Amino acid sequence: MPKEFKPKIISFLCKWCTYSGADLAGTNRMKYPASILPVRVMCSSRVNPVFMVKSFLHGADGVLVGGCHPGDCHYQSGNYFTRRRFAILKRIFDTLGMESKRLKLSWISAAEGAKFVRVTTEFTEEIKSLGENPAKKKVFL
Amino acid sequence: MDQILSIDKGAEEGVVRLLKFLLENDKVSGVFTLRRTTGKGFFDYALITDPGLLEDAIPLHPFMNVNGGKIISSLPPMKKPVAAVIRPCELRSFIELVKRSQGSIDDFLLISYTCGGSFPFDKTLKDNGRKLLPGYWKAVEKGVDPDNIRQSCASCEHFVPQNADITVSLLGEKDLSSKCLIYLHSERSTAMTEEFDAEISDGQLDMKRFEALLEKRSEQKEKDFKEIKIEDSGLDGMIDLFGRCIGCHGCMRVCPICQCVLCDFESCAYDPDTSVIANELPVRGGVRVPTDTVLFHIGRLSHMSFSCVGCGQCTEVCPADIPVSTLFRKTGEQVAGIFDYIPGRDVDEEIPVTIFKEDELSELGND
Repeated sequence: MPKEFKPKIISFLCKWCTYSGADLAGTNRMKYPASILPVRVMCSSRVNPVFMVKSFLHGADGVLVGGCHPGDCHYQSGNYFTRRRFAILKRIFDTLGMESKRLKLSWISAAEGAKFVRVTTEFTEEIKSLGENPAKKKVFL
Repeated sequence: MDQILSIDKGAEEGVVRLLKFLLENDKVSGVFTLRRTTGKGFFDYALITDPGLLEDAIPLHPFMNVNGGKIISSLPPMKKPVAAVIRPCELRSFIELVKRSQGSIDDFLLISYTCGGSFPFDKTLKDNGRKLLPGYWKAVEKGVDPDNIRQSCASCEHFVPQNADITVSLLGEKDLSSKCLIYLHSERSTAMTEEFDAEISDGQLDMKRFEALLEKRSEQKEKDFKEIKIEDSGLDGMIDLFGRCIGCHGCMRVCPICQCVLCDFESCAYDPDTSVIANELPVRGGVRVPTDTVLFHIGRLSHMSFSCVGCGQCTEVCPADIPVSTLFRKTGEQVAGIFDYIPGRDVDEEIPVTIFKEDELSELGND
């Protein structure tokens, strides 16, 4: 029997909102997919686009960046910069013909544990339908 | 309305005379221009303060060994401005660098020209391009594309300088060997050249004469962008294209936009440590070394592509013959398009990653 494909999704989560949101999901005993591999960052704008590219090329099936809702950034405006950078990277992926669907940006606040569960479940399903990241098996790094 | 200086000398001689005048009369502290290094026809950019040395200046020479915009941003500030003769793409590079606090526009009297293009390195180095020069100037007089110019020049749409204090009119001027027309755009340049011995009239650079050339170059650009075919090939295409990258980072070093002292790719931050390679080997079955060449190029795209002025230096220096410039221009235009940004257009326009609007890109992040 072929093994079921379990995607790996590297998730850069903002400490103040999305990471706390994930915590809230946990304390409420809600279940989110094990495909999510969280990396806590102090602000979503700490995520250099190269982090996402590196994760992608090293075989992450998906890359999720989670931050506070626009206007709610703990550092006033960090997530607005994140949004621009993400738009840039997505456009680059599209222009190069790479799978920009594997990149995701989501605003999830500390109070939205349920939303965290929903978004991660949906994203995992989406990645499952896309299949394995082809970069995983390439002989390059 | 701009002022026009007309000088009854060849274009290059006319410009040298103007430079000499500026330097001798202490209007500028120095002159930055291409200059013959030796009698053998080799040339380099030089910052000159002795007017005698201007005898060897060849300001309009159609070769670009380094991007002048990048070089002038590293010059020391002087008491008065430095007159810098640079081509439009170099000027745009300089504007981009000024936005990144790498220089000040007030430190330079920016002299540029309507540019026919420049030759690739191999043509420059083999016979110093001497054989090509007569044909080049003939084509410029006609206002058409000279033969043998760089690919990035043949598809360049920004050959008329913007933001220059002074523009030397070359493209489409019928008598370049006996007439030199210089357009003064700024108050500063008018004041500096008040006592200069030339016929002065009012007028403006006639943009209509460039329409045909602009159309041809736009077509060429579309063709180049189509031929590179990156969007069809995806990840495999990237590996194909950058699989031959030797990781020398030459494209980055000559790039006028890449100025970060603490560059991500110069540090070991993204070098995979040995354990990473060891962990990946069982999955991949083999690992290409040097590693991370695709990461380097996509990473660099994400950091600076929106500011790419398309000077073509990266393609020139690539030892593996990768069309870096075409790729970066194509992607850069797409990315800059999101923010309606054109690199080098205006010094007061901030680079897209340092500013934001609250009500933009609302399609992102909302689930």
